Amino acid sequence: MNIQEALLEYCLRLGDNSLIIGHRMSEWCGHGPILEQDIALINIALDHIGQARNWLTLAGEIEGKGRTEDDFAYKRDAHQFRNLLITEQPNGNWGDTLMRGFLFDTFNFYLHQILQHSKHEGIAAIAEKSLKEINYHVKYSSEWVIRLGDGTEVSHQKMQDALDNLWMFTGEMFEADEVDQLLLEESIGADLQQIKEAWNDHVREVIDEATLKIPESNWFQKGGKQGRHTEYLGYILAEMQFLPRAYPDAVW
Amino acid sequence: MNHNMVTAEQIREWLAEVTDPEIPVLTLEDLGVLRNIQEVNGTWVITITPTYSGCPAMKTMEEDISVTLKKHGLDNFKIETILKPSWTTDWMSEAGKKKLFEYGIAPPVKPTANKKVLMGISETIICPRCKSSNTRMLSQFGSTACKALYVCDDCKEPFDYFKCL
Repeated sequence: MNIQEALLEYCLRLGDNSLIIGHRMSEWCGHGPILEQDIALINIALDHIGQARNWLTLAGEIEGKGRTEDDFAYKRDAHQFRNLLITEQPNGNWGDTLMRGFLFDTFNFYLHQILQHSKHEGIAAIAEKSLKEINYHVKYSSEWVIRLGDGTEVSHQKMQDALDNLWMFTGEMFEADEVDQLLLEESIGADLQQIKEAWNDHVREVIDEATLKIPESNWFQKGGKQGRHTEYLGYILAEMQFLPRAYPDAVW
Repeated sequence: MNHNMVTAEQIREWLAEVTDPEIPVLTLEDLGVLRNIQEVNGTWVITITPTYSGCPAMKTMEEDISVTLKKHGLDNFKIETILKPSWTTDWMSEAGKKKLFEYGIAPPVKPTANKKVLMGISETIICPRCKSSNTRMLSQFGSTACKALYVCDDCKEPFDYFKCL
């Protein structure tokens, strides 16, 4: 694998994380428990979709074959997507969505904090821009985890269930493969070990305050970064890609 | 029109007509979205920067710039988007902040987003309707990506706050 190939993979991973979790959150539109929170989730979804557009456009420039953000979003099948498995997990209840958001946002925050200093100008620029938005995401989801975890007996139990169910998808975030290693050596990519430590600190602090308990299991699902996904991704794509596949030349 | 007569100042003046489609009192310059106007090999390059990555108003702003310049007879231009240095509320002009307040949107109060934002405390925001500081945040995310929703506990009115980025 050369640097260009690794860069393309890296940008697809970043873009697909944003695209898929953004799409998931957009499914809440019109279904939020109260109007303010409905709007909040959709605002965050919009940030993710905007960030995905930047990453996928950069992926197209790196690849140099004329593929656009739309080509990447609409004309790839599930095995060609590079998002982390946690981003494609179903919304479940409000607590499931916020717990998923919290675990991912915290990772995303530290990842972008490092990437804003990347040696690759395009990556650094998008990361610096995105980080300002992710700041708000992680604050929002952290506050909700605390409020619900340290809430009523029912909300506490739902948050603990959400954490127990999602925990097995967190290990993948920190698992470096050839792409991560190559780009780390070039000072382009982030050191996942460094992120893991920061992630652990923040997650434990919030989970403690929320009076929840970190699961003891050390067994983790993986494969999203290499295109091996859970069954849920196919359903997301079926909905997201229907229109451009049914009407390939449709424009606004 | 003789293009040799056109200057960057002239273009800047024309573009003062272009406002944010969501906040019509703010020009692109007030907002800090307009970064640069420069002639490169006979083509005017207008550089803009997005406020938020997913801001749906960006496309409209681009189209409005295009329409405005064409209206003034300029056709040798292109619009480029840059991300770095990234937009923050620091880029908003003081005049812009004043206009926002008068329009009923509380302007951003701090120079940049709180670096300790992970567990930050919310700031005191002045109600743009009755000027009371007895206000509280209802939601960090408001009617658009750039705004939070506040309510005034004196005049009881809800209002938008253009949050720090």
